[in-house]
Amino acid sequence: MKNEKRTKRIATYVFLILVSLIFFFPFYFLIVSISNPSIDITRGKLLPGSHLIENFKTMIETTPISLSIWNSALVSVGQTIISIFVSSLAGYGFEVHPSRGKEVVYNIILLSMMIPFAALMVPLFRLFGTISGIAPALGIDTLFGVVLPYVSTAFLVFFFRQNTKMFPKELIEAGRIDGLSELGIFVKIFIPTMKTTYAAAGIVTFMNSWNNYLWPLIVLQSPENYTVPLVISAMGSGYTIDYGSVMIAIFITTIPTAIIFFVLQKYFVQGMVGSLK
Amino acid sequence: MSDKKKKVKKKKMGKLQRNRVWMSWTFVLIPTLFIITFYFYPMIQAFWISLHTGTGVNLDFTGLDNYRRLFNDQAFITAVKNTFIFFIFQIPLMIILALFFSVLLNQKTLHFKGVFRTLVFLPAITSLVAYSLIFRYLFSNDGVVNQILMFFNFIDDPIFWLGDPFWAKVLIIIAITWRWTGYNMIFYLSALQNIDPGIYEAARIDGASAVQQFFKITIPMLRPVILFTSITSTIGTLQLFDEPMNLTGGGPGNATTTISQYIYNLSFEYTPNFGYASAVSYSIVVFVLILSAIQFRVGRERK
Repeated sequence: MKNEKRTKRIATYVFLILVSLIFFFPFYFLIVSISNPSIDITRGKLLPGSHLIENFKTMIETTPISLSIWNSALVSVGQTIISIFVSSLAGYGFEVHPSRGKEVVYNIILLSMMIPFAALMVPLFRLFGTISGIAPALGIDTLFGVVLPYVSTAFLVFFFRQNTKMFPKELIEAGRIDGLSELGIFVKIFIPTMKTTYAAAGIVTFMNSWNNYLWPLIVLQSPENYTVPLVISAMGSGYTIDYGSVMIAIFITTIPTAIIFFVLQKYFVQGMVGSLK
Repeated sequence: MSDKKKKVKKKKMGKLQRNRVWMSWTFVLIPTLFIITFYFYPMIQAFWISLHTGTGVNLDFTGLDNYRRLFNDQAFITAVKNTFIFFIFQIPLMIILALFFSVLLNQKTLHFKGVFRTLVFLPAITSLVAYSLIFRYLFSNDGVVNQILMFFNFIDDPIFWLGDPFWAKVLIIIAITWRWTGYNMIFYLSALQNIDPGIYEAARIDGASAVQQFFKITIPMLRPVILFTSITSTIGTLQLFDEPMNLTGGGPGNATTTISQYIYNLSFEYTPNFGYASAVSYSIVVFVLILSAIQFRVGRERK
């Protein structure tokens, strides 16, 4: 009996180690490949090489990767700050001041979750064509154009409303007694109290924005405006691909999300799962 | 005097109250306006465009012709077929794996749980473009995966992952499963932690085996979460774009082209035909609505 349990235990560990190896393998391949020349990467060499500096140089010299990192940073940080501010404002409004009219509005917002982005790409592109005619700085081929459709999303409004349920309403009364305006209460009391919710929402939004591919691909046209995924995709699909520089570009541009994940793991999981509660 | 004060206060409150209501409406209407502008307005516009034909700005009204054309468009039918193959095979595979891993990694006495969980989840931090390219190199003809498979004698000749219509589909399924299994596992793990351990203890005392516990307790308790993940995965798979675009290029031929990619091609690669592309767009909306409704039904019924 005891023996049987022990073999079961060992089998579990062996299985989990095997699974972990499979799941980690692409990362391992990425890490060793950044120091290998193109030819070794296509041959599937699994040991590190001595080509790291050359790969880095080729990447810097032949691709607009550094500019794209800057663009992606602007887009992701901008989108994160604006969208979590606007969406949390709404979540707060819906939960703290509920009314029948607002429930109708809330349901309309939720309905937009059923619209897949793939169905939106054509009409959105046309809409931005119109916007370009009125305000070129917000339209096609601008970083504002990348952010604008995501200023508020049903998911974030929903997420903030759900989490506002845990916000102690006494604090609002306290704020009112102190003579704070509704916006004052929101900025000075709500935001500081809900820090973890903001962290969670911020992480998820940042990651989505940093990794977003389809919409930037449609709205951006000149390479100097490209975000990271566009540059990497272009690097990987040319006729002469330098695999070493593609790998190092992927490696460098995955670092921000990896850091966020490892440092803020707790909030990260909360941001994913929080909306379910 | 105190009466007077009260009155003044009351009047002030009335004004304040109105002010608050007004403010709270502002709070909720800002995002609503954005969502209407960037979701609903374009969708309504898309329907209008879908009743037209022509290139660029010169549009002629054709009624439902674009929708009729869908049924005879071989490229569209192939894209729908491919998308549904990914949907039918990938989602169940991923959900079963994710459930299995989450139950394994939820055991109290297991060591290094955190490490295992992190390793399985890690793919979810990569960008879809980045991991698609890594997979393309891993699965090239003389790439690592073929070498490993040949080394262990699973195959005699390399598999043409990218050049064979069947294997290209398998590759996409493997890739998506790698990327999203850990992501879904996190949802199940957090739901498992909310199950009262007493239920399992009672079952064990009653002599229920691990398998019985899994099917009789775990699955029913997780039903809402499974429903949630299967609906979000469905919406994701029906819109699949980044992977076929960067991993297989939709090929070989049209073997891995998805509906999203077809819409993209119709609008931005070929001579732009926004009217027809909008009709194809609506097909995705319809599929999402139907499949979500079915899953909702199935997910709720067996309660």
